[in-house]
Amino acid sequence: MSGVLTRLIGGKTFAHGIHPPESKEVTCGLAIHQFPFAPVLIVPLSQHIGKPAIPIVGEGDEVVRGECIAEPDGFLSVAIHAPATGAIRCIAPSPTINGKMESAFFLEPFPASTQEIFCSDACDLEQLDRDSILAMIQQAGIVGLGGAGFPTHAKLTIPAGKSVDTVVVNGAECEPYLTTDHRVMLEHTDDVVSGIRLVLKATQAKRAVIAVEENKRDAAQALQAALASDERISVEVLSVKYPQGAEKMLIQTVLGRAIAPGGLPVDVHAVCINVGTTAEIGKLLPRGWGLQERVVTVGGPGVQRKGNYRIPIGTTLRFILENVGTTDDVSTVVMGGPMMGTTASSLDIPITKGSTGVIVLTEQETKAVASRREYPCIHCGYCVDACPLFLNPSQLGLLANQSCYQEMSTDFHLMDCFECGCCTFVCPSHIPLVHKFRVAKASVRKKRAMQ
Amino acid sequence: MSALAKTLDIRSSPHIGAPASVDKIMLNVVLALSPVCLFAVFRFGWAGLLVITTSVAACVLTEHVLCRLNRKATTINDWSVVITGLLLGLVLPPSLPLWMVAVGGVLGVGIGKFLFGGLGYNPFNPALVGRALLQAAFPAAMTTWPNIRGASFSTLPSSTLSLPLTKPTYDGLSGATPLADWKFNQAYTNTGDLLLGLTGGSTGETCTLLILLGGLYLIATRTMSWHTPLATLTTVACLSGALHLYDATRYPSPQFMLFSGGLMLGAMFMATDMVASPITAQGRWLYGTLIGLLVVVIRIWGGMPEGVMYAILIGNAASPQIDRWIQPRVFGTTARGRAT
Repeated sequence: MSGVLTRLIGGKTFAHGIHPPESKEVTCGLAIHQFPFAPVLIVPLSQHIGKPAIPIVGEGDEVVRGECIAEPDGFLSVAIHAPATGAIRCIAPSPTINGKMESAFFLEPFPASTQEIFCSDACDLEQLDRDSILAMIQQAGIVGLGGAGFPTHAKLTIPAGKSVDTVVVNGAECEPYLTTDHRVMLEHTDDVVSGIRLVLKATQAKRAVIAVEENKRDAAQALQAALASDERISVEVLSVKYPQGAEKMLIQTVLGRAIAPGGLPVDVHAVCINVGTTAEIGKLLPRGWGLQERVVTVGGPGVQRKGNYRIPIGTTLRFILENVGTTDDVSTVVMGGPMMGTTASSLDIPITKGSTGVIVLTEQETKAVASRREYPCIHCGYCVDACPLFLNPSQLGLLANQSCYQEMSTDFHLMDCFECGCCTFVCPSHIPLVHKFRVAKASVRKKRAMQ
Repeated sequence: MSALAKTLDIRSSPHIGAPASVDKIMLNVVLALSPVCLFAVFRFGWAGLLVITTSVAACVLTEHVLCRLNRKATTINDWSVVITGLLLGLVLPPSLPLWMVAVGGVLGVGIGKFLFGGLGYNPFNPALVGRALLQAAFPAAMTTWPNIRGASFSTLPSSTLSLPLTKPTYDGLSGATPLADWKFNQAYTNTGDLLLGLTGGSTGETCTLLILLGGLYLIATRTMSWHTPLATLTTVACLSGALHLYDATRYPSPQFMLFSGGLMLGAMFMATDMVASPITAQGRWLYGTLIGLLVVVIRIWGGMPEGVMYAILIGNAASPQIDRWIQPRVFGTTARGRAT
């Protein structure tokens, strides 16, 4: 009913969800700035879901900015390009944000290396057919830039027997603090539009809808102006709500189609792609370039020179924070947004293709969450009213306390949870529900793998 | 760069949280109940004040001592036991001997709450458990109402300070609650008096208007869901309205049913006990309807004039089963659990 009401009053949205403080006001007005090269860039071979790329250069080799340095290994894998002109010092394990050590290039840029990009041949996009666009996307190393890191060409490859009528371009950017998509839509509007045209061609969809939350009206207007007379592409302004940028939520909001548990957007004839990803497709493909840098919001109370920076892939958190300056009471560095992002265990972790933001929190914010007293669940039902997937986090939490992981997955749809954090955010008992669900999901997956 | 030389905190997301907390919710309920308590004192004088304070003191002390005996940190600072104390005081007759009030508090918190594991685990509303036990133990004292015209700040009902385990003595004529008046004397109290609380009855149940306002405050601040009270009140209104239409001489009017007795206090503050009620909106509809239904059935066809307490306790008992039946319908599935 609240959905119906919102529709009458304001923009479209989905049912349930939350309204965390947006915290975007500082960085949303700051233009994207190019970031300098770090003395060493650490470029992991696996920055995407699927198989790690295979290196084609080795220790001691000199590489040029933009040059392909690792080839995709099979279909579910993408290429990797040198973010700077320099020498490969070694290929060795490096800490990454998911906690694992991953094999990575340690690239030392030459002191005089410029930001200019090594150019391969520009191509005529009009001549390209569907398969060659997909191949180019894979070769350009493009993955979902919204954070998931799923290879984009794989997402845009429509399985035989299925069809897609609409591409939903995700410009919701519902995570607090993050403003990269906002700035990209404003400053690289043409890249976004040409990228969407390529995506339409690759998926053979009839139309595309760019979904933008209403706190980014200027971006929506810029896109509208750039679209001119292209009737296939439209812009839709949505109410602000978290987690509207989640694939299932966005497709529900924009198209009114619900994806069944375990299903994919293609099941409801839709494809959802991040607006930043389309901008990269529109920028890289016509020039024959590969992905070697990305826009990252560096913000949060602990950062002195907050902003949106175009940062070379492989730049470590330490280099970023030393350059932007931090306050003395830094306590936590989050990669991604504060709702779903991961805290960094080391400052030697590099920026990868999926890094949307570097949010630095101070002791004040950390204490506000960490030092709260945990009460027993009082069945208030706030989490039930917040869960966008209509799960019962309260019940799941109680079962998790008893380690009833199997029951959680068979009777209470544990595996549907995408860890948006709404339940934990609203819980007045301060129960770390999402964390319990992560543990439970890992246990269920392990059990399934053993069977 | 000394700021970056320190050890970083690592946590599981989300890294921000809403300001809501259990103690704030409970304090909000206490706040919503305070006008009702003040009215009780204004109306019943020292008797009302003593019943409420004794009840709160007994409940808080019981919880504190039980926590200590079990070598746990005390839980009285979450305010939930204060609500229990206030509610128990508000549903007892103002002339009830104070030692009985204290017994009710100790039993309500001890048996109704602590025995099940404390906050979050009580299957029944502890205040009502206390009242039900008192009703069973002291049926006469629990149904003796002071003559309200005599009550003031200068005198105290003689029963109030009766010694423990003695039979309380009552001075003067005892009054009657509007519901007892209707049940046994076929006399109706007018709706204005019911709303303003100018009637006899339990310490805090008389002024329906203030209770309603308190409940609306909690709904407006999103502290509690509106489903349960609305379902209960609507059911009572519809059912008694239909009966009244059928035979106005035998069945009381819906407004009399709504505003008399403990219904408003029960529907707003006791049936809505989060722990003992279902968690889904649909479940709360069903639960509220069940309570409303039972209230009408017990009041009209039961042996006692009032049935709110038993209706809510039965509703509490049914609520785990309601939660079992009614779960939220998972996104992307149909009513039967199939994929869309």
